[in-house]
Amino acid sequence: MNAFAIEHVSKSYILEGAERPVLKDINLQVGHNEIVAIVGASGCGKSTLLRLVVGLDADYRGTISWGNHDRTSASKVGMVFQDHRLYPWLTVQGNVDLAFDNTRLSAAERRDRTSHYLQLVGLADYAKAYPRQLSGGMAQRAAIARALAQEPEVLLMDEPFGALDSILRMRLQDELLSIWEKNKVSIIIVTHDVEEALYLADRVLVMEPNPGRIRDVVEVDLPRPRDRSDPAIAELKRRCLATLV
Amino acid sequence: MADPTLRAARFPRGAVLPLVAALIWSAASAAGILSGPMAVSPLEVVVTPFVDPSGRELWMALLASIARVLSGGILGGLIGLVLGYLAGMYKTAALGLAPTVHTVRQVALFAWIPLLTAWFGNGESTKLVFTALSTFFPLFLATEQGVKQAPSPLIEAAHTLGLRRWTRVRKLYLPAALPSIYVGLQIAVLSAWIGTIGAEYAIGNGRGLGSYIASARDQFRMDIVIVGVFALAGGGVALSAAVRFITAKISPWSQEAR
Ligand SMILES: Nc1ncnc2c1ncn2[C@@H]1O[C@H](COP(=O)(O)OP(=O)(O)OP(=O)(O)O)[C@@H](O)[C@H]1O
Ligand SMILES: [Mg+2]
Repeated sequence: MNAFAIEHVSKSYILEGAERPVLKDINLQVGHNEIVAIVGASGCGKSTLLRLVVGLDADYRGTISWGNHDRTSASKVGMVFQDHRLYPWLTVQGNVDLAFDNTRLSAAERRDRTSHYLQLVGLADYAKAYPRQLSGGMAQRAAIARALAQEPEVLLMDEPFGALDSILRMRLQDELLSIWEKNKVSIIIVTHDVEEALYLADRVLVMEPNPGRIRDVVEVDLPRPRDRSDPAIAELKRRCLATLV
Repeated sequence: MADPTLRAARFPRGAVLPLVAALIWSAASAAGILSGPMAVSPLEVVVTPFVDPSGRELWMALLASIARVLSGGILGGLIGLVLGYLAGMYKTAALGLAPTVHTVRQVALFAWIPLLTAWFGNGESTKLVFTALSTFFPLFLATEQGVKQAPSPLIEAAHTLGLRRWTRVRKLYLPAALPSIYVGLQIAVLSAWIGTIGAEYAIGNGRGLGSYIASARDQFRMDIVIVGVFALAGGGVALSAAVRFITAKISPWSQEAR
């Protein structure tokens, strides 16, 4: 059973009166508890694809179908946007608390979960800060905490670790994997970092621009925890890069 | 401490021009250039609200006007806020409501008075409705604009977070509209004040600064008229300062940024 399936999805934008294809015939099945990474050149339509999946844009051809759960309850699909999209008038804590709006959690449970996820991304001391008081990387981590706090069944992440230094990045990758192990969540992660994709994912989609399409699907059949310097990863990286450049 | 701009700020430069004007005014009345039954000296104006029996009624009149501006303003302001929100949020509301409001708004405010007196009589309700009306329009427009300007990335985030309708109102659209609502509130409070005084003046009966000035004029009490005009200006300044103070208090996220 798939968490969701994308079948023959194509999408174009109208730009200056002309139709510009952005995605062409995308097919992808994401299983329960699977991690799929998407890499590809800037502008090849990765963010657009996630927007279609999460239901922000219904203007496309093809079908996106969901497995066993009802897509009308949005809290089951979480999204980390490429920009943090924190509400500037709410504190970090208030932003994370938004994740529980559609739940029946008690105030105490909400508080606990909020501080748990803020701790996880290393922002426990900034619970009362407003977004403009955070650095770019901190804001991004707050957004990650907000999406994780939803405890979704499907988590879509658009370059979530892009603004972080490499140490923090590796730590959060490991945190993500441990959440994934505990919570049985399907993850699609868009990244520019091929090593990150290979470290995290079961499958890496390599996309190509103009129009955006899937050029290669790299199965990463390595047990976890993975060794970042595993020669098998290096081999797969060579293959990805050969397609990308 | 030794910051020269701070020391300069302590001396109210804004007071220079009024003081000069007052000096010229007293010199002119002392020299007899201003004379006749309608001439008043600044000193008379200063003491009238405290010593003159009719002058002392100023305070009750002022109080009555402020009570009226608050009740009418809150009434009209809330309706403006709610309808403005609906017009900003929902296509049907925008289509059904906005054209009417935008057209009716073109009617000069005081042109409403004959109509309102015909509908509501020559008493308190007309004044209240008039004040409400003069607050309604600025707040309607400001809220409608503000809600429409809610950033679409944040609206999309609300969608993926599954925020419920009421949460969206409280945590997204209202805060997003606040800067615009503040500007609307600044305009609305002055418009309400002018509207209140104007209605009192035009209708003439009952308590209030407007009717107070009107009756002073009828009795040729120029000193009281001038006192009333100063009270009017002072009331406007105070109301507008109160709005600024309150709005700064309730948006901590922007306040600290300064
Ligand atoms: N609202 C829009 N209107 C018109 N064109 C758009 C719109 N949004 C995106 N595009 C176009 O679609 C293409 C894909 O954009 P998208 O944001 O999906 O790229 P991306 O793969 O996420 O790139 P990046 O890695 O830089 O984030 C781009 O060429 C962009 O110009
Ligand atoms: Mg993108």
